[in-house]
Amino acid sequence: MGQKIDPDLWSDGPEPHLMGGRLPSGEIVFPMPTGDAAQGVEPVRLSRRGKLWSWTSQGFLPKEPYEGPGSGPGEGPPDFRPFLLGYVELPGEVIVESRIVDCSLEDLHLGMEMEFCVVPFNATHDTYAFRPVAAQESKAA
Amino acid sequence: MSENVYIIGAGIHPFGRTDGRSGREQGVYAVREALKDAGLDWPDIECAYGGSAAAGNADIMVNELGLTSLPFTNVANGCATGGSALSAAQQAIASGMYDLALATGFDKHPRGAFNAKPADYGLPDWYGQTGMMLTTQFFALKIQRYMQLYGISRTTLGRVAEKAFRNGTLTPHAWRRSPIDLDTIMNAPMINDPLTKYMFCSPSEGGVALILASEKKMKELGADGVKVRSLAVKTRPPDSFEVFQPGVSIKEGGKPTVLASKAAFEKAGLGPEDIEVAQLQDTESGAEIMHMAENGFCKDGEQEEWLANGWSEIGGKLPVNTDGGCLACGEPIGASGLRQVYENVQQLRGRGGERQVPGRDGKGPRFGYSHVYGAPGLSAVAILERA
Repeated sequence: MGQKIDPDLWSDGPEPHLMGGRLPSGEIVFPMPTGDAAQGVEPVRLSRRGKLWSWTSQGFLPKEPYEGPGSGPGEGPPDFRPFLLGYVELPGEVIVESRIVDCSLEDLHLGMEMEFCVVPFNATHDTYAFRPVAAQESKAA
Repeated sequence: MSENVYIIGAGIHPFGRTDGRSGREQGVYAVREALKDAGLDWPDIECAYGGSAAAGNADIMVNELGLTSLPFTNVANGCATGGSALSAAQQAIASGMYDLALATGFDKHPRGAFNAKPADYGLPDWYGQTGMMLTTQFFALKIQRYMQLYGISRTTLGRVAEKAFRNGTLTPHAWRRSPIDLDTIMNAPMINDPLTKYMFCSPSEGGVALILASEKKMKELGADGVKVRSLAVKTRPPDSFEVFQPGVSIKEGGKPTVLASKAAFEKAGLGPEDIEVAQLQDTESGAEIMHMAENGFCKDGEQEEWLANGWSEIGGKLPVNTDGGCLACGEPIGASGLRQVYENVQQLRGRGGERQVPGRDGKGPRFGYSHVYGAPGLSAVAILERA
């Protein structure tokens, strides 16, 4: 395991959760605000399961401040590999933008069951992602 | 608003890549073209508003244009820089304080996609570091969901780009002036699924200038004016889905484009059915499709039929992006919104050349509509009327 890309982005432990914030109005936001904007906002552990809201692929190497593979020496494999990302709706909470892993573009469809995971991002850091819930497990759940 | 406001001069520096000429120099070129068009000299201009996103301050243009001591306000409003400059110039005339005002925008961007800094948008560093802070992704994510919900096909995305490049061949100020066939567009490298390389506009260079006048001044000059029927600039409402959002509300919120469109139509006392030519923000093919509905020109999902039947072609029932839009002209941020207005001014004056929209009475369109959208979720709409 690498270092977390941001220490407060998800909770530690065997079952990590993405961290959001509950506003005084009750509305849940992601990410948890920082600085003065955090006043009165209660940190909340977001659901580990959600439904795919939209998705796309990243087909070209992003410019800085991107720090993933291909962005420079020491950031992992020298060549950029396209990756998937999307939005996952966490029921009753918030829709979060995330990397999408362990699947290909063709597998994805609206409303698909997704689950939270932590994945290596570059040579030194981990980031969060969502992956499709395996069909078997989905039936059992 | 009290006084009627008219655009009496419009100038453009061709969009694309102009090595050896700075963004601001392209702006100065456009201002001189606009002055020539209006039959004015620089000292006649009483106040000015302008800006760029990446090519420096506009007020320095006085070095080249002349030190006439006019008040010159720099505008820095991202993609709405041109729209905000136009709005400020319009207010200056409408208030009765001035009779002649300049609105200008120009830019010059490096090649490749825009790279934004998270801190500039109040976002955490990890959002940029992990490769999720790209404008192109937002547009792909928005159209992907829209296609699923409303049955828009990939072919329709391709047809929007094909139309843009076809219109670009007819437009002297366009960057991309060669047609590209549907197959080539559809089979080009995928940038962000479902959008291929040719379905995206590229950052580019260019400059636009518009000269606004009071009715009294226009008559005095005997100028060929186009009336600013209404203008509306709106920032995002609660719970909306915009560019650069790590988290989106589960409540379906409003859209800045819908708000700006409604406000502009209301102020003008007109409806979408009155418009005869429209320039809609087409950062990529999907944006034009979604903006057709957000601006009230069709219902969600009807775009499939529109594109298949050519209804948004020059000669169709509502020509959209007659100069090829951002797809064929590229997007110099500070100039892009004003280019749309420039194109409508040309169309309403019957100066569209090969791309002239005939209009319902055969004398060119009477009402022209322009819409610009950009980060961090704002839209500007202008409705112009042939005088």
